[in-house]
Amino acid sequence: MSKPLSPLSHLHGLLSKGEFVVTAECGPPRGAAADVIERKVELLNGFADAVNVTDNQTAIVRMSSIAASAHLLRKGAEPVMQMVTRDRNRIALQSDIMGAYSLGIRNILCLSGDHQSFGSQPDALNVFDIDSLHLIRAVRTMRDEGKDMSGFELMGAPRMFIGAAENPFADPFAYRVIRLAKKVDAGVDFIQTQCIFNMERFRAWMKMAGEEGLTERVYILAGVTPLKSAGMASYMAHRVAGMDIPESLLKRIADVPREKASQEGMALCLETIAQLREIPGVHGIHIMAIEWEKIVGEIVRAAGLFPRPEKS
Amino acid sequence: MIVGEQKKLAEIRELVAPYQKVLILGCGTCVKTCFAGGEDEVATLASALRLALRMEGREIAIEELTVERQCEDEFIQEAAEAIARNEAVLSLACGAGVQDIARLFPRVPVLPGVNTTFIGILEKHGLFTEECLGCGDCKLALFGSVCPIARCSKKLLNGPCGGSKNGTCEVDPAIECAWQLIIDRLGELGQLEHLRKYVGPKDWRKSNAGGPRKLVRQDHII
Repeated sequence: MSKPLSPLSHLHGLLSKGEFVVTAECGPPRGAAADVIERKVELLNGFADAVNVTDNQTAIVRMSSIAASAHLLRKGAEPVMQMVTRDRNRIALQSDIMGAYSLGIRNILCLSGDHQSFGSQPDALNVFDIDSLHLIRAVRTMRDEGKDMSGFELMGAPRMFIGAAENPFADPFAYRVIRLAKKVDAGVDFIQTQCIFNMERFRAWMKMAGEEGLTERVYILAGVTPLKSAGMASYMAHRVAGMDIPESLLKRIADVPREKASQEGMALCLETIAQLREIPGVHGIHIMAIEWEKIVGEIVRAAGLFPRPEKS
Repeated sequence: MIVGEQKKLAEIRELVAPYQKVLILGCGTCVKTCFAGGEDEVATLASALRLALRMEGREIAIEELTVERQCEDEFIQEAAEAIARNEAVLSLACGAGVQDIARLFPRVPVLPGVNTTFIGILEKHGLFTEECLGCGDCKLALFGSVCPIARCSKKLLNGPCGGSKNGTCEVDPAIECAWQLIIDRLGELGQLEHLRKYVGPKDWRKSNAGGPRKLVRQDHII
């Protein structure tokens, strides 16, 4: 694992000290209202070490992740700026990364992005000039060599702590760890996984990653999502790409009375976190409470992960 | 082949509306094979158009002709007299054919009767699939001869995204995941080690992104 002399970010500092970290997620608004972000951040401050700011997630047009990340900084939170290759070519990506760093953003999550056909403007042209592997490598080269993709020496390198996503539940399963290895080789520092509901499959993936020596080379933050209702669980299981929720869990949520479903979802989430903490190589959790930010504090407290370490 | 699909009759009717004498010009190569613009389609379209216009109380002269290819001058010249007799040409060729006719007959309106869709194959009867984007720098050897540029919805060069499920693409279950196909094929070939290779960013200069392309063959210039 890369251990530069000084940590690149607060998140990096905690991970390099061996802390079990907590990250959360904040989706920017569909509009220019900064107060929406501020309210979300207030719910997360003190409970998450860093907060992912999504980049037009599910291809729905929203405030940019850079601008929203800047609002987070103003409110004292540490952003993990997500950046997708769907909407920007390599010129725009590199330029935005430099700009983001200049604003104080220190963590980036490199993604290819949800296909625009899922979004609010499916008639849009996508870009996909480069893929997430290329983006990881580009950010790494900018940081470590101070050069852009053309080899041009930059006036000030964006020294980002670099993350990527992995979905241990997508197919073909045997290939997922090879893909993780490619991301690690490309220079990724941390991984945030897709929401984990199928613990058996996650364990198998972690075991394979361990056998490849990857858990020694990258910090893995395990994704969790509290299920709010049986309807949401079913929607995620059947409609959200790349999601794997076993039937037994769907039944568990569906079998409790409607008003108790979110409580059951919370209990399930806490059980998942407890199990994840026992898996070697898992360095933290990434809580994706979609439009349910206020539950994050409750989860963190109930999981015994509160208080969070102070920022130095 | 170039795969195309004939436009809907309503759109074609709009296109020919300003004219009294129209030549429907078919092309006997790619679009014939995909049932969009060969001799048979010219005849069917001419009848349908005549009928539709008659129901509107309009009568226009529609002439029918099909040449072997609308992308080569020597075949296009076979249509020169017919083109001269009409006010406009409704070309059932691909976009290249439409433009070649327009280039050779600067004063004749040439209307597209076909939506050109992709470079593809006849996978089975009635099913044409996209296989190639004509990116100008073929790397099929890296991918077990399955193209991720044309066939992965995100053009990913380094493996499948998180949306590959049971061999299908997250965009539409009717789309096969190109990366699943690549992995299966590399497995058959005993070349799975290819999957571990990092494939660098594509040089798009050789594609249409570098501007419209020309291919010059000095050895064939007379």
